[in-house]
Amino acid sequence: MRTKLNGLAGGLWRYLREATGDDAYERYLDHHRAAHAGEAPLTRAQYYTKRQQEKWSGITRCC
Amino acid sequence: MPQAALMPRTTPSKLIWLAIAVGGASAIGGIALHRGESINAIWFVAAAICTYLVAYRFYAAWICARVLVLDETRATPAERFNNGRDFVPTNRWVTFGHHFAAIAGPGPLIGPTLAMQFGYLPGTLWILAGAVLGGCVQDMVIMFCSTRRDGRSLGQMARDELGPLGGWAAMIGTMLIMLILIAVLGLVIVNAMKHSPWATSTVLGTIPVAMLIGIYMRGIRPGRVLEGSLIGIALLLVCVIGGGWVDHNEAIRGMFDWSGESVAWFVMIYGFAAATLPVWLLLAPRDYLSTFLKLGVVFLLAASILILAPEMKMPAFTQFAGNGMGPIFKGSLFPFVFITVACGAISGFHALVSSGTTPKLLANERDIRMIGYGSMALESLVGIMAVIAACVLDPGVYFAINSPAGVVGKEATAAVQAITQWGFPVTVDQMEALAREVGEKTLFARTGGAPSLAVGMATIFSGTFGNALLSMWYHFAIMFEVLFILTTLDAGTRVGRFMLQDILKHFWKPIGDVSSYPMTVAASFVFVAAWGYFLWQGVKDPLGGVNILWPLFGISNQLLAGIALSVATGILVKMGKAKYAWVTGLPLTWLAIICTSASVEKVFSPNPAIGFLSGAASLAEKLAAGTLPPERAAVAPQLIVGQQIDAALALFFAVVLWIVIIDMLRMSLRMRAGKPVPPLSEAGYVRTTLDPDLVAVSH
Repeated sequence: MRTKLNGLAGGLWRYLREATGDDAYERYLDHHRAAHAGEAPLTRAQYYTKRQQEKWSGITRCC
Repeated sequence: MPQAALMPRTTPSKLIWLAIAVGGASAIGGIALHRGESINAIWFVAAAICTYLVAYRFYAAWICARVLVLDETRATPAERFNNGRDFVPTNRWVTFGHHFAAIAGPGPLIGPTLAMQFGYLPGTLWILAGAVLGGCVQDMVIMFCSTRRDGRSLGQMARDELGPLGGWAAMIGTMLIMLILIAVLGLVIVNAMKHSPWATSTVLGTIPVAMLIGIYMRGIRPGRVLEGSLIGIALLLVCVIGGGWVDHNEAIRGMFDWSGESVAWFVMIYGFAAATLPVWLLLAPRDYLSTFLKLGVVFLLAASILILAPEMKMPAFTQFAGNGMGPIFKGSLFPFVFITVACGAISGFHALVSSGTTPKLLANERDIRMIGYGSMALESLVGIMAVIAACVLDPGVYFAINSPAGVVGKEATAAVQAITQWGFPVTVDQMEALAREVGEKTLFARTGGAPSLAVGMATIFSGTFGNALLSMWYHFAIMFEVLFILTTLDAGTRVGRFMLQDILKHFWKPIGDVSSYPMTVAASFVFVAAWGYFLWQGVKDPLGGVNILWPLFGISNQLLAGIALSVATGILVKMGKAKYAWVTGLPLTWLAIICTSASVEKVFSPNPAIGFLSGAASLAEKLAAGTLPPERAAVAPQLIVGQQIDAALALFFAVVLWIVIIDMLRMSLRMRAGKPVPPLSEAGYVRTTLDPDLVAVSH
């Protein structure tokens, strides 16, 4: 029961992090390691700024 | 999708679906046939949820299996172009959250609130039917089309599939809807904030909070979105409480007691600043805050309605459904209820997110039903909650808040007399007591939906959580509405500026340079001035502005939906699915009917309260005859020109819609005759290597 609850809480926490983009940088690093091994990845701050700039150049919010 | 997925396989599951269908039908029947004092809100929630479930389980599944023929072995753009930034195969529930947060704006809260002037029944039925047969279908089919086309935008798809004419129409239509949308949302803010020191000081406080969080998320703890947002939300609550303190402090409350004109200037300056500042400083952090708040409030409202089970006090129909003389906006049930509800039933704007943005996250085609159809069903449920929040108020109170001074008179006694005469009793004492309780000087003539929605929500919240603190709940609700209207406003101004640059570069190349700061400033200025013009016109209009701007917004939003559904229908025909083209063709036909009749009525109606042209003519006549009071005469020339521009715009919307429809029909007929048409621009089949069940949340 306890482990089940822990599992549920962990799942919710991971969902929250992914849905909000809190873990976006870690995901980017994973992708970078897999796809561009050897090149230096962006720093956390660079990634965040670049991502926001891209996100807000298109239509991401409705009426 | 295999055949078996279409129908429930086992007897118990058949019985459950039968029960849901019967339950939904009886709830809708109960709502429709009920005549009497009041009806419980739970019926509305039950009717809505059963309708969505049945439609999702059967209609959406059928469309996916037979019409779109989703292929779960086919790699999506997210998989093929995975770049770790915007193209990322994402867990379906996460994508659902993103998509829902993107499509759920202030529209489904405001539109249904305004439409309640006809009574609860017409708006409610259209929200349900419009969503399951129109809005959800549009969102899902466009998402499918874009997913099969490398995540291309609606405008690009219109150009590729219909031709350059369709492409131009989509581009200009999108920019104009943005313009009108921002103007009308600005007006909603003005009517909520004018002469309300509490609301004004709270909203002003949210700006430094957003900037602080922006600096935090970029400089202090880069990318830590969750902790930044939590700190921000706490600070926003402090702003609401601080606003109350300002309101009770005689020495400073006057500084925040702004006229409608001052708030309008603030909104324009704000929009310009937000569009030209770096996004990380203001736009991005405020969006995080407003998204958290929005989802939180939606869940809180749903829970409160279920716990409190409030009674609906609005009648099923009011006399305004028939006589077209409603105080909030003029015009009869047909076509104006369909135009007014807008986003809760079908919103063309969603097609812009369903193409381009969300397809870049889809891990598997089979998620399209849940994310495209399901998100819109949930948005429609938000519309039903807005209906409930408006109808739990005494109808007299609802009309007193929403009727502009130009309709019921400036004095409170005159207003309550007029409203009581309509058959919705209300007294000055009652309105004064309510205003005191929510911490306002007056609630009269706050047209636009936001304040009456806030009173409704505050009533539901304080009823659920204890009767004290009505004023806190009210101002929390106002802050929440203004916050995410401002997000739409500056995100819209930013995108509108890009679109303007994109269009103008065909005439003067340098303006298209989006990386040039002077061009950015110039294009932003032009775009803000354009929507600012309509906002100003709305603020100056003695009939409250909503009467003019909301129908224009509704028409433009349906126009965009019409373009999206035309593109979708054209694609279905080209896919060899002509016999199923009615899936998008039917909602398209209905939109064409309501959009055209609303445009024609708004332009040519001989009633000066409805028709722009006769409105301008009658005002000119009165001005010439000298029968206008001096303060109305002073703004009359502006209003006359304004109404003529509105007429041209409404006509233009109708013409653009028909150009696209005819273009689509022309292409379909050529196709049938075996003549050449632009080829289907679908990307080639690539087999997926992702196990969709493994695209789980992993960190």
